[in-house]
Amino acid sequence: MRRNQVAVVGAAETTELGVIPNMSQIQLHADAALNAIADAGLKLSDIDGIATAVETPQQIAHYLGITPTWVDGTSVGGCSFMLHVRHAAAAIEAGLCKTVLITHAESGKSMIGKLPRSIPADSLQGQFEAPFGVYGPPSMFPIPVLRYMKTYGITHEQIAMVAVVQREWAAMNPRATMKDPITVADVLNSRMIAYPFRLLQCCLVTDGGGALILTSADRAKDFPRKPVYILGTGESVETPMVSQMETFNSSRAFKVAGPTAFKEAGITHKDVDHLMIYDAFAHLPLYGLGDLGFMPHEETGKFIADGNTRPGGKLPLNTNGGGLSYMHSGMYGMYALQESVRQMRGIAPAQVKDAKISVCHGVGGMFAASGTIIFTNEK
Amino acid sequence: MAEPARAKPKPTPETQHFWDGTQAGELRLQRCDACANVYFPPRPFCPSCASRKVSVFKASGKGKLYSYVINHRPAAPGFTPPYAIAVVELDEGPRMMSNIIDCPQTPEALELDMKLEVAFEKLDDKITLPMFRPAKV
Repeated sequence: MRRNQVAVVGAAETTELGVIPNMSQIQLHADAALNAIADAGLKLSDIDGIATAVETPQQIAHYLGITPTWVDGTSVGGCSFMLHVRHAAAAIEAGLCKTVLITHAESGKSMIGKLPRSIPADSLQGQFEAPFGVYGPPSMFPIPVLRYMKTYGITHEQIAMVAVVQREWAAMNPRATMKDPITVADVLNSRMIAYPFRLLQCCLVTDGGGALILTSADRAKDFPRKPVYILGTGESVETPMVSQMETFNSSRAFKVAGPTAFKEAGITHKDVDHLMIYDAFAHLPLYGLGDLGFMPHEETGKFIADGNTRPGGKLPLNTNGGGLSYMHSGMYGMYALQESVRQMRGIAPAQVKDAKISVCHGVGGMFAASGTIIFTNEK
Repeated sequence: MAEPARAKPKPTPETQHFWDGTQAGELRLQRCDACANVYFPPRPFCPSCASRKVSVFKASGKGKLYSYVINHRPAAPGFTPPYAIAVVELDEGPRMMSNIIDCPQTPEALELDMKLEVAFEKLDDKITLPMFRPAKV
């Protein structure tokens, strides 16, 4: 894909985040979509492309009253929205549509109008994972981390620092769910969930949503907000079964999506001013730093423990507080994208001064899928 | 009221040989006749070279502990926490999820790379699960 041909011209989250007991999941989609449309200064009838995950594009199109000429229902977990951005950019460049709306919402806490996730007993997961007691992401996502720690000499304290540093960012964000400072001892003494991970190393469970509007860079300059250009993109999938990953020492999907985006963007790691790595659990930023090529995996734990990713550090990471402290409705990728867009617009609560390039890296399932978007505010 | 039971696998035409094997006290894997790749989970073609000429064989049942979590909460139906959910690397190469039996469910007892051997646990007349326990030296 060519650089900077498509831009984000509308971006918004639901009016509220956290516990939203007065809205069903589809209304959370609509709330975010209407906020994004207002942000872009558009009307619903201006939207001719629609993408969403879990809910189908037809559900969202019908609920909002949109007649699209292009749809994308890619649903690969929490990074689906990174893939939507990539696909939408390609579609706009190809002339399949002009103005794309991407929506996410999840009633993750209140569970209103949310389909239950179930694993059929005759699927491969149902036959070869479910019988051994996996039960939701906390029992699955951390399965690789002990191997990763042994291979690279990563300590429990270093991984605990991921949560500590992200709470420092969250403290600067009025919309963050958890803002009180925490220490490594707090993390390592919090309730055990699935050894080696404790409560403060697991993402929040909240309600919320977000939406993005993309159009061609040529049109973007006529919109009310500062355009945020798509500089590079990448995507991949590996396996829905965490036990069947090629290795627990890295994520194959990360290693395809990340470098593809960097190559497309034509940037090096030194050019990155701001970084988002989807943190459903505290080990993900380490995998991300290594697999995206910022440093060898051996150095990732020390890099975070030394404070390089905290406010004022040389690589600001997860500046909204992340899934660990900002919010996590179930498919967090949309909120990572929203924070990258805010940083590129220069309006983030914890704004990184003069940031020009933001890398936003997502995971779907338990390392099952990945999408990377690189944004810039300079054309 | 009966205790909630653990999730029970339902075999498909492509996986029936595996579940027939566990019932017969065998851990069965597949090997590609064309490229010799050994793979899991079951499918009637080689995921490495796409050959449909593949054979089922009895694996050694030996492996080592690749990684695990000790799940505390929420516990799956039929499980009493804390319990380890492990990934075992078989001597033949493939990895599979399982539980570690005859071993304390603690970080001290569950050492990565410890040698394991398969043990079979009958769920009912149709399904027997492959479990692993510390290998006898």
